[in-house]
Amino acid sequence: MTTRRNFLKGALAATGAIVGSGGTAGVQARETRKVPPEALGLLYDATLCVGCKACVAACKEANGNPPEFNTVDQLWDTPLDTSGDTFNIIKMYRNGTMETKDAETNGYSFMKTSCMHCADPSCVSACPVSAMTKNPVNGIVEYNPDKCIGCRYCVLACPFGIPKYQFNDPLGRIGKCELCRHRHKDGHYSACAEVCPTGATLFGRTEDLLAEAKRRLALKPGSITTYPRGRLRPAQEKALQGKDTGEGNKARHGWRHEPDQSYEGVVGNYQQHVYGEQEYGGTQVVKLSGVPFEKVGMPKLPPYSSAATSETIQHTLYGGLLMPIAVLGALTWVAKRNVKPEEGEEE
Amino acid sequence: MSAQHHAKPAPVGGPLFNGVTLIAGILIAIMAVILLVRFFYGLGSVTAMNDGYPWGIWIVVDVMIGSAFACGGFSVAMLVYIFNKGEYHPLVRPALLASLFGYTLAGIGVVFDLGRWWNVWNMYWPWSVNLNSVMFEVAICITLYIVVMWIEFSPVVMEKYGLYELKKKIGKYMFFIIALGTLLPMMHQSSLGTMWVVLGTQVHPLWQTPMVPLLFLLTAVIMGYAVVLFESCVASSAYRRSIEMNLLTPMAKVMLGIVAAYIVVRLADLLVRGAFGLAFEMTLESVMFWFEMACFVAPFFVIGTEAQRRNPARLFIGGILLMLGGSLLRLNGFLIGYETGGGYQYFPSLPELMVTVGMFATEVLGYIVITRRFPVLPREA
Repeated sequence: MTTRRNFLKGALAATGAIVGSGGTAGVQARETRKVPPEALGLLYDATLCVGCKACVAACKEANGNPPEFNTVDQLWDTPLDTSGDTFNIIKMYRNGTMETKDAETNGYSFMKTSCMHCADPSCVSACPVSAMTKNPVNGIVEYNPDKCIGCRYCVLACPFGIPKYQFNDPLGRIGKCELCRHRHKDGHYSACAEVCPTGATLFGRTEDLLAEAKRRLALKPGSITTYPRGRLRPAQEKALQGKDTGEGNKARHGWRHEPDQSYEGVVGNYQQHVYGEQEYGGTQVVKLSGVPFEKVGMPKLPPYSSAATSETIQHTLYGGLLMPIAVLGALTWVAKRNVKPEEGEEE
Repeated sequence: MSAQHHAKPAPVGGPLFNGVTLIAGILIAIMAVILLVRFFYGLGSVTAMNDGYPWGIWIVVDVMIGSAFACGGFSVAMLVYIFNKGEYHPLVRPALLASLFGYTLAGIGVVFDLGRWWNVWNMYWPWSVNLNSVMFEVAICITLYIVVMWIEFSPVVMEKYGLYELKKKIGKYMFFIIALGTLLPMMHQSSLGTMWVVLGTQVHPLWQTPMVPLLFLLTAVIMGYAVVLFESCVASSAYRRSIEMNLLTPMAKVMLGIVAAYIVVRLADLLVRGAFGLAFEMTLESVMFWFEMACFVAPFFVIGTEAQRRNPARLFIGGILLMLGGSLLRLNGFLIGYETGGGYQYFPSLPELMVTVGMFATEVLGYIVITRRFPVLPREA
């Protein structure tokens, strides 16, 4: 009896260990991942946005998505939110008399809603079949419908509510922005940035976009500055602008040649906050706004990702299958003593 | 050691066609029609799920709660074979049968809900699996556990068809199968809770905690015992058999011990995280939280004393309360306390509900057919 009691104690201790160590015991907590150095992204500046929704239309066209109707006559594409068929939308903030653009009171503002391309995306961590992956070089969060089982865990997991599912299609897919990665091979970048008439949506390397955002925040509101449009070109590339071939082509890293589209405009009254620099450990799409971000629908998020917490728990419990094997060993030992082959039923 | 002499299990016998099986059959037929529509016209054609609530009751009730209800087999087997309480042996087979059905149906239920079910093989394809995904671990464990349970249950089928040699052979390795059958539910029942960790701030702080795997594991064991209490009472009354009170009374005491441990862990976690204050704000979440907690506390007043635990009606009510409590924990974290923003709302549609009802009807029908024809319940003296 004494020995059996010891076995039980051992089994219990092991059991306690497997479930009790939900924290960090023994295993290093996984840090929130960082944006890769060559990450691509967008800079959306709400103070430059005029709400024309050219980006919404261009996104639909570039991704072959059908229009969505929310008006009686069903003439125009009128999506109310991103969906399995709408990867990008411009939402509007309104307050009081709506007199002043980018003012919190009696004002209005626009806000772009599309994938933020997180440094450490919840959707990628959640996906059981690697249908949602993060490109190791440019950091684009990519979707592969040929692997996707349609479980919609990514839809549930994303703190920005971005991956969406086509509920009304028996072969429905997940839909989300992939920064138009299918157009990159032709030298095209994100369609939303390509068509934006004011440069409110700018495509580029996240590092450059972040620097541009900070440059704008440092300017005096009301002063005049130069705003690029389309693709944000780093300084070394600008020096070679105009050269279609040779050095110019190389400097563009394969992006197609465009004339300089920058223009002079008035500096907006910004919130001193680059949204996406810290949120969830950083995102490759960053945003500027005149109205506080929570008011324009961007959630307040901690500076670390939930994927890190979730994976720390999982790998603490199951890393190398050490804990399960130890517990199985203990259970087998105990069960072997307690289970009789015929369970005393056959005599 | 566990060779106490119990009544050998035997088929209950009797007709398979009666009022209960007829109603179950009709409910299953309704479910089949709804599923046909779902597979031809998409999930949106029959469910109320949307992009703000991409998981509805098919996952949270049929799979999450359904599989926790199916923990009877695991909870009782643990008591009998790991803690060597051989006297509970007669409870093993009926509990195992219910678990087998619960899990097999939960597994099938997942496929109804999968939007791209034809790709489901990727879950087991080494070049597709994502070891970081909590759902992957849950899926692998549940798949394995279903196989393990069928092996655990196979002696019943072998007895029925006189395959005693085969039964003997399998019996030699049964201790390992039983050990595996104890480990796997511990792993995936706790991970079902871990699944909401990655949802982060979208889950209300009353439920979002890194301790959730422990909460889910404890409640799964509790619900396992609660279901055995519930089933024993229902089976006894339906088949006009005597209730195994000599077993249920002490088992209820074991169960209450785990409930007490759960309440301590739950409250300690809320206090340590500083989230307990939220339970005193007037919100839907706080009301649901207290409703959930009440279901765990109330059993101490219903079956708290030895005398009360000798009353089958009280055991039945105690069982239902704890089944409800564990269900609410899951429902609250995944649906009621989940908020993704954007003004989405979800309440299950009628066809959606009818599929859940049909799944439970399948379980009842299967249980009746098998206990009447296979040696599962102890032979009446």
